[in-house]
Amino acid sequence: MSQHAPLRLHVPEPTGRPGQHTDFSYLHLSPAGAVRRPPIDTQPVETSDLAFALIRVLDDDGNAVGPWVPELTPEQLRFGLRAMLKTRIFDARMLIAQRQKKLSFYMQCLGEEAIAVAHALALEPGDMNFPTYRQQGLLMAREVPLVELMCQLFSNQRDPMKGRQLPVLYSFRKYGFFSISGNLATQMPQAVGWGMASAIKGDTKIASGWIGDGSTAEADFHTALTFAHVYRAPVIINVVNNQWAISTFEAIAGGEGTTFAARGIGAGIASLRVDGNDFLAVHAASRWAADRARNNLGPTLIEWVTYRAGAHSTSDDPTKYRPADDWQHFPLGDPVARLKQHLIARGEWSEDRHAAAQKELEAEIAAAQKEAESYGSLADGHVHSAASMFEDVYKDMPAHLLRQRQELGV
Amino acid sequence: MADVKTTPMTMIQALRSAMDVMLERDDNVVVYGEDVGYFGGVFRCTEGLQQKYGKSRVFDAPISESGIVGTAVGMGAYGLRPVVEIQFADYVYPATDQIVSEVARLRYRSAGEFIAPLTIRMPCGGGIYGGQTHSQSPEAYFTHVCGLRTVMPSNPYDAKGLLIASIECDDPVIFLEPKRLYNGPFDGHHDRPVTPWSKHPLGEVPDGYYTVPLDSAAVYRPGSELTVITYGTMVYVAEAAAQESGIDAEIIDLRSLWPLDLATIVNSVKKTGRCAVVHEATRTSGFGAELIALVQEHCFYHLEAPIERVTGWDTPYPHAQEWAYFPGPTRVAEGFKRALEK
Repeated sequence: MSQHAPLRLHVPEPTGRPGQHTDFSYLHLSPAGAVRRPPIDTQPVETSDLAFALIRVLDDDGNAVGPWVPELTPEQLRFGLRAMLKTRIFDARMLIAQRQKKLSFYMQCLGEEAIAVAHALALEPGDMNFPTYRQQGLLMAREVPLVELMCQLFSNQRDPMKGRQLPVLYSFRKYGFFSISGNLATQMPQAVGWGMASAIKGDTKIASGWIGDGSTAEADFHTALTFAHVYRAPVIINVVNNQWAISTFEAIAGGEGTTFAARGIGAGIASLRVDGNDFLAVHAASRWAADRARNNLGPTLIEWVTYRAGAHSTSDDPTKYRPADDWQHFPLGDPVARLKQHLIARGEWSEDRHAAAQKELEAEIAAAQKEAESYGSLADGHVHSAASMFEDVYKDMPAHLLRQRQELGV
Repeated sequence: MADVKTTPMTMIQALRSAMDVMLERDDNVVVYGEDVGYFGGVFRCTEGLQQKYGKSRVFDAPISESGIVGTAVGMGAYGLRPVVEIQFADYVYPATDQIVSEVARLRYRSAGEFIAPLTIRMPCGGGIYGGQTHSQSPEAYFTHVCGLRTVMPSNPYDAKGLLIASIECDDPVIFLEPKRLYNGPFDGHHDRPVTPWSKHPLGEVPDGYYTVPLDSAAVYRPGSELTVITYGTMVYVAEAAAQESGIDAEIIDLRSLWPLDLATIVNSVKKTGRCAVVHEATRTSGFGAELIALVQEHCFYHLEAPIERVTGWDTPYPHAQEWAYFPGPTRVAEGFKRALEK
C-alpha cells in the first residue's frame, strides 16, 4: 500500500456563485497613488512588482493622486466621459433593438468603457488596434459615425461588411480598427506582426492588440508574447481581465494565485497591472506603453482589471453562474461614475451638465438609429444581395465561383 | 524571348532566384521562417538572401508556425508581402487556425478592407526516408479552404515563375514544394540515381523576372490513349509509368491545384475518353476525389471507363516501408492499364 495520500485534481471555483456574495479579496488591490511609475526605458524584469500590484490614480473621493496622474486637460477628460457615456447609451439602445429582433445579436461592454476610450485617446492617428468584440469604445473615442456602426449591426444594405460578419465584428481601417475575427486570440500575433512591419519600414506607428482573460489560455497569446519580445515589436498587449469568459471564471483561465500581467514578465516584456475602471490610470498606463513602443523600447503588456457588468452576449444569462448583484459589489466601481465624480470634485462638471449630456447623446443615438433603420435590417430583408456572397473570396472571382453563382441563379 | 539569359538551376536555386528577384523589385517583400535567415534554410532555399537584403527583410523566426503565419497576417494588413517558410509541410498544422480562419477569410470578412497577400512556402512529399513527420502531402486540407490558392510546381522553371506570381498575387497562396524534386526529376525508381536538373530542359531557368500564371495547367506529355491528372513528384512517376507500360498517356501537370485550370482537363479527357488521377497523398478525401468528381461532372458522356485513382495508402507515411507506401511507376502503370482495360 502506498504511503502517500491519494492525489486530488484541483478545479478552481469563483468565490461567489448565484445567491452568494463574491469575496473580491482575490483581486489584491493596491491603494490609489501607491504604485511607483518607472521611467519608460526601464528594463522589463524591473517591472515585476508592477505586474502584481494595481496602478490606480483615482481615490475613493475622486481625487487624482500619485505618480501616474496623467497630463490631461479638463476638455480632454470631458471628451472621454462623453465617449464613455456614448458607448454605454449606444450599447443599451442596441440591446433593446436586438430584443426587438432588429439585429440578430449584440455584445455590450458595460462597465469596461474606460479601457477602450482612454486607451484610444493615448494613441496617435495611424496606430492600429487589433480588437476583440468588447472594444467599441475605441470607435466611440475616434468618433466613428454612429450610422455606419449601426448599418453593420443591422446587416443592412449599407453594412460596410456586406452582411458577412456577425453584428459587432466591425472593421474600420481608417479609424485604426482591424477587422475583428470572431475566433479568439488570433489577432494578437497579427498585432505583433503589424508592429514588426512598422519597424521593418522605419515607420513611427505602433500596434495595440487586445485579448480577454479567458483567451490568454490560447497558444496564440503566448506565441504573440514570444514574437513581441524577440523582435522588440512596437506593440501594446492589452489583456482585459473582466473576470468572466462567458461562464468561465478567470481562475479557469489560469488567474488563480497569479496575475495575467505576470505572463509578460516571464516572456521578457514590461508588464503593468492597472485599474481598468479608472479612466486616468488607463490613460497614463496606455501612454507609458505607447511611449515605450514608439521609442524602440519594445512591447508592454497591460492587464486591465475590470468587471464584465453585462451578459457575455445577447445569448447569455449570467445569473445562472454568478451572483446577480455582483457588479454592485465589485470594488473598482463604475468607470463612468468615477470619472464624473472626479470632474465634479474639480469643479469641471456637474450633475446638471451630466444629465444634459446624457439627454443629448440619447437624442443623437436615437436619430442615428432612425436613419440606420431606414436603410433596412436583417429582419426586413434589406440586406446585401445573395450574389455579393461570392465576391471578395478572392481578389477576382474564379471560374468555379462564377459557376456556383449561376447555379444559385443570382 | 530568344535573348533571355538562362542558367541551369535546381529547384532550390530557382526558388531562391524567385525570392531574390522579388526582394530586389519590391521593398514590401520580406522573407522569414525557422532557420531561413543566417543559415539559409534547412533545404538552403534562402541561402545568401539575408546577407544581400539585411536582417530586417530576411530573418529567423521562433519555432512557432502559428506565430510565423499570424505575424505575417499583421504584416500583410500593414502593406507588406511576407513570404514565409514552414520548414516541412508536416509542421504546418499549428498554423491551421491562422490559415483557415484568418489568412483565407480576411478579405471576405472585411469586405476587402484588409487583405493577407501571403505566400506560405513548405516542402512536401516523401521519398527521403522522412517518416510520418517529414513526408506528408497536405494539399487537400488547403484546397478545401475557400479563399486560398494552392500551388505545387514540378520543375525549376515553373517553381520560379509560380513563386514570383504567388508573391505578386493579392490572394494568399499555399506554395507546396515537392522536396524529392529539389535536385532532380525523381521518377519513383529509388534504386537508380536521379537525373540532375542540369540535364532536363525545365532546369533551364531565366535569370530575371518572369511569371507562370496561377490558374493554368501544363500538358507535360501529350498523348492519345489516357488522360493522367497529376502534380508534383508524380508527374515524373507518371511519365516513367507511361514509358514502361507503352501507354500513350497525356500527362497534365496541374501546377495550380486550386483554383484550377478545368478547361485543360476537360479538353484532354474529351479527347482520350479515359482518365487516371495520381497523387502521393493518402486516398480518402484526397484532392483526387475532387478531380474525379469534376471529370465526372464535366466529361461523363465522353468517358469510356471508370476513372482510375492511384495514390498513397490510407496509412501514415511509414519510414522503413516507404517504397511500399509510395505510388511508384509499377503501381501507377497498373492503374493506367485498368483505365484502358475496362
